[in-house]
This record gives sequence, C-alpha cells and structure tokens, in this order.
Amino acid sequence: MADSAMYSLLVIGALICAFRAITEARILTSTIYLACVSAAVSTMLYLFGAYQIAVIELSVGAGLVTVLLVYAISVVGDDASDPGPVIPRSVAVGLTLLTIAMLGYMAYSLPSRDVAARVPTLLRALWQQRVLDVWIQMVLIFAGVLGILGLLAEGKGARAESAQHGVNGHRAVKIVPPTACEYVAPQVRRAQELHKDEVHV
Amino acid sequence: MTPLQIGLFGVLGLLGVGCYGLLITRNLIKVVIILQVLVKAVVLALVLAGQAGRQPGLGQSLAATVIVADTMVAVVGLALAVQIRRRFGTVDVSAISTLRG
Repeated sequence: MADSAMYSLLVIGALICAFRAITEARILTSTIYLACVSAAVSTMLYLFGAYQIAVIELSVGAGLVTVLLVYAISVVGDDASDPGPVIPRSVAVGLTLLTIAMLGYMAYSLPSRDVAARVPTLLRALWQQRVLDVWIQMVLIFAGVLGILGLLAEGKGARAESAQHGVNGHRAVKIVPPTACEYVAPQVRRAQELHKDEVHV
Repeated sequence: MTPLQIGLFGVLGLLGVGCYGLLITRNLIKVVIILQVLVKAVVLALVLAGQAGRQPGLGQSLAATVIVADTMVAVVGLALAVQIRRRFGTVDVSAISTLRG
C-alpha cells in the first residue's frame, strides 16, 4: 500500500511538472520543470530496480540537458514568446485523448506476468547481447559532438562581418602595442605638450 | 493497482502531455523540451516492459540507448535553434518555414 502511494505521488508529480513545463510562458521555468520531471522519472526507475538507468537519466536528463537548455536560452533569449497554437486547443485535446485511449487499450490488453526472473542482467544484456547498441551509442556521441561543432561555428562571412562592425554595431578598434621606435616616455610626451605652441624661428 | 499499472498510467500521461504540447507549441526550444518529456515516457515504458516481460536487462539496455540518442537529438536541436535565431531572428517554427502552398 505504501509502495502504491509512493508510485502514485511520483506519477502525479511528474505529470504536473510536465504539464507546467509545457504551459509555462518563460522557457527558463519550463527547463526547471523539465528537470523536476527527470528527477521524478529517475526515482521511479530506481524503485523499479533499474539503478544504472536511473543514475544515467538523472545525470543526463536533469544535468546535461538542463545545462544545454540554459545555454541555448542565454543565446536565444528567455523572452522568445510562444505565438500560440496552429490548431485549436479543443482539437489538440481531442487528438491527445484519442491517442491515449488507443495506447491504453493496447497496453492494458497485454497479458501481465509476474516479475520473478531477473536474467539476463543489464551488464550481460548491454555488453554481450546488445553490444552493437554500445557501438551505435559511441558513434552517436561522436556524431553529436561533430554536429555541434559544425552548427555552432560561425561562417567566414559572419566572422568578417563581426570583425568589421564589432560588437553591437560599433566599429571594432584594433589595439596595436607600440613598437620601440614609436614609444614615447610619459615625461617626454608631457614636455612636448607644454611646448607644442612655441614657434621656433 | 500494482506498481506496474501505476507506472503504465504515468507513461500514458507523459505521452499525452507530450502529444498535446507538440500540437500547441511553435517555439523551437519548447519543442525540444517537449521531446524530452516524450522520451522520458519512452524510457519508463521500456523499463516497465522489461520488468513485465521478465527481461529487465534487455529493457534497461534499450533504455540506455534511447537516453543517449535522445541527448544527441536535444543537442543538435538546440544548436539548430541557436543558428535559426541568428539567421531569422525568431524561433517560431511557422515563421521560419520557406515553403509556399
């Protein structure tokens, strides 16, 4: 009974946070609600016995993705308002309810089995039976890193334009350190300014 | 209700919230956030299916793969959003569409 109450609380909390993440006006607040959803799902995964997946989900879902979202919001801006739905909300609600009803019918009609056998373990399944998935994950990570480097890199035109116009439209000033011949000591410069109006005949 | 049924209810709820969000949202970053919600439901469903089918290791290994793939999707999606904002000045999905008709 206590377990059912715990699971119910986690499910309700995750659903509330997910709904708030979608309906919130500010994207930064949505990101925080998404991290709360990730934490609730991770706790449920831990209670279901998927300890490694819970740790991965918590560190990646509530950590890495949140950091990436905050970075993207800092670049894009938190005031990027949502202009409103393309389709009416009533149609969206109807389609969503229809989808949930069909999925629920398919899921609850499946035969239920007792959770007894725990073989093969995650380590055996991941590193022996599904080793191709591990290779695919590594390729995905490298592809993602390369994609990020390519997408976030500014082109040659943008670099030249930013060098010409500088930051915020102001012309950039190139700072060149004085060479040994051009350097004038402060005392000499002050004397030159004092005597610059004198006319030598 | 058993814990598996409660978890399944959570999976359906998260999928429903995600589907509704995808239908009503046009902000590109919010689309990425909603995709994250949907993938969390999928991860939970995979673990639950592994438990129910007496193959928890298989379900968990598939869930790990889905988490990695989803993270890459989020990373590339956010990078695209940043570039689209720089190029078009907006992250509205319908405003950046250049298709006519």
